[in-house]
Amino acid sequence: MHTPNIPLAKVSSGIFKARTGVAGLDELTGGGLPGGRPTLVCGAAGCGKTLLAVTFLYNGAANFGEPGVFMTFEERPQDLIKNVASLNYDLDRLIKENKLAIDHVRVERSEIEETGEYDLEGLFIRLGYAIDRIGAKRVVLDTVEALFGGLSNQAILRAELRRLFEWLKDKGVTAIITGERGEGQLTRHGLEEYVSDCVILLDHRVHEHITTRRLRVVKYRGTAHGTNEYPFLIDDSGISVMPITSAGLDHLAPDERISSGIADLDAMLEGGGYFRGSSVLVSGMAGSGKSSIAGHFANAACRNGERCIYFALEESPAQIIRNMRSIGLDLQQWVDKGLLRYAAHRPSLFGLETHLATMHRDVAEFQPATIIIDPLSSLLHAGDRNDAQAMILRLVDFLKSKEITAVFTSLTHGNVEHAMTDMQVSSLMDAWLLLYNRESNGEHNRQLYLIKSRGMAHSNQVREFVMTHEGIALREVYVGPEGVLTGSARIAQEARERERGMQLKHENERRNFDFTRRRRRIEAQIEELQSQLADEEREFSALTAEASAHDARASEERARMGQSRRVAAPSSKK
Amino acid sequence: MIAAPVQEKGYNLRLYVAGQTPKSMAAIANIRSLCEQYLPGRYTIDIIDLMKDPALAQRHQIVAIPTLIRELPEPIRRIIGDLSNTQRVLMGLDLDEPGQFA
Repeated sequence: MHTPNIPLAKVSSGIFKARTGVAGLDELTGGGLPGGRPTLVCGAAGCGKTLLAVTFLYNGAANFGEPGVFMTFEERPQDLIKNVASLNYDLDRLIKENKLAIDHVRVERSEIEETGEYDLEGLFIRLGYAIDRIGAKRVVLDTVEALFGGLSNQAILRAELRRLFEWLKDKGVTAIITGERGEGQLTRHGLEEYVSDCVILLDHRVHEHITTRRLRVVKYRGTAHGTNEYPFLIDDSGISVMPITSAGLDHLAPDERISSGIADLDAMLEGGGYFRGSSVLVSGMAGSGKSSIAGHFANAACRNGERCIYFALEESPAQIIRNMRSIGLDLQQWVDKGLLRYAAHRPSLFGLETHLATMHRDVAEFQPATIIIDPLSSLLHAGDRNDAQAMILRLVDFLKSKEITAVFTSLTHGNVEHAMTDMQVSSLMDAWLLLYNRESNGEHNRQLYLIKSRGMAHSNQVREFVMTHEGIALREVYVGPEGVLTGSARIAQEARERERGMQLKHENERRNFDFTRRRRRIEAQIEELQSQLADEEREFSALTAEASAHDARASEERARMGQSRRVAAPSSKK
Repeated sequence: MIAAPVQEKGYNLRLYVAGQTPKSMAAIANIRSLCEQYLPGRYTIDIIDLMKDPALAQRHQIVAIPTLIRELPEPIRRIIGDLSNTQRVLMGLDLDEPGQFA
């Protein structure tokens, strides 16, 4: 029999998954919660259990064609509806459309007298009726443990809960059962004993006055799931989990290049710029121009019509835009065109995980081709060092998997050798630009140095980094016995160069002049000789003419003399 | 199901059961004999089978079966279980004070 090529996880488990629609959670669990089975969601008060459950039901009913029943033991239905209305979850509409049913189970111990044997069949009937009425595929019991407060016979209660969870399985509904976190066990009343298919633990911890929410899949039968703790967010768009799973190192490595926005820097990078999808670290001391490099990158991306998110962690967007304008970059135009989005958060406002989860969500929402985190170093201080590195690794992996080119800036103190914060993350980066201020001759000059750029034959030269009103320019630096020359030293060197050039020029001009003069002199001599020759020729031809005329005259004389002699001579001899 | 006309200080009771289970049958028998003994002629009992009318379970906030509700006199009282402990049922119905007995 031919087996179609289905991903292994689905074949081996043989179970179907019910999508929660919670960003990240479905990826984490390989598709959602175990279908037709109960899942236990536990956590302390206020950690988001109810919201997770409502989201699961809402998405099922509104988006996946699976109606749901919400059985609440604590919160009143009208409060529940009101609480999620801010997330645009219109529960009233779903109730009217018979896609959702809410049942408030109220058990007041003070009102109840117990006498003899009983069971919870009433609860079963209520739930069964609601399920059948709307054809529900999903059920939430929030928080069923409240029954322990309302009923005193624990033995009956435990037996009935066990029966309830079995009954839910028989019904074939996917259920979420919430439970309060207990001391030394997952839930206060040990519900995990009955719900064994999937257990999700929600947690919020306070570290140095900052709360971070975390989610962990404690157990998921039949599915290889991520076992780490994943940060999650609750904000005005609901719950989102940052799911960077073990996707790891199988991302693509595109050959395509993306401009850094600085022509001179592109030239250092084999003329093309960064690789698309690469992560670039720009580190440097205060005022060394990190944000300007980031600004150029954002500008270049937007000019190509690509979207960019600028995570500003130290400056306000307005401030960045103003500062960039001073070096000739108009970033406001890209904001107006919807290509550039600023996301500004104070690092101290949230924990590291929350920051990264926010970024994750923003990226999923805005779908940028490039992002900038300015500066990354402030995030490193928001959490524990090891945590920070792990989280950044996940972020980098995530960005790579989406082929998003990222520029991270990092504030360092001191020199190259002391850039310790960078050492933590630099190994995760594909390219590393180092900016530093060198003090010499009483001035600070910016230098740029390309420490690494994986996968290309990049320039190894130090460049002087100059900010002008037309943006950043990188100047060749002079390398002499005292090291590289920058700033006024470079300018002085340039002046010397220019002077030497002038000297050479003058020399040349002089030689040229000399030659011209000599040439004229010789030419004049040639002219003189030629006129002399012409004179000689003239004289010679005159003499020749005279000589021939003389010859003619002489022969005439001779003839005339001969005639006269012949006349006289014959008469005398006769 | 109505045992007797309601007199002054009458008791309106409702007993919720689910099908013909032993617990349900016991509860029905127990409440009937108790009422006959302590409230003769001044009580009504409605026996409601949620198997036949499941929508009432939610409407009347029923969780446990059997559940006895004292509608009148107010305040509303709830007693759950098979009503086998007569003393507790009387307590639950506020019938345990000597002055209450006819």
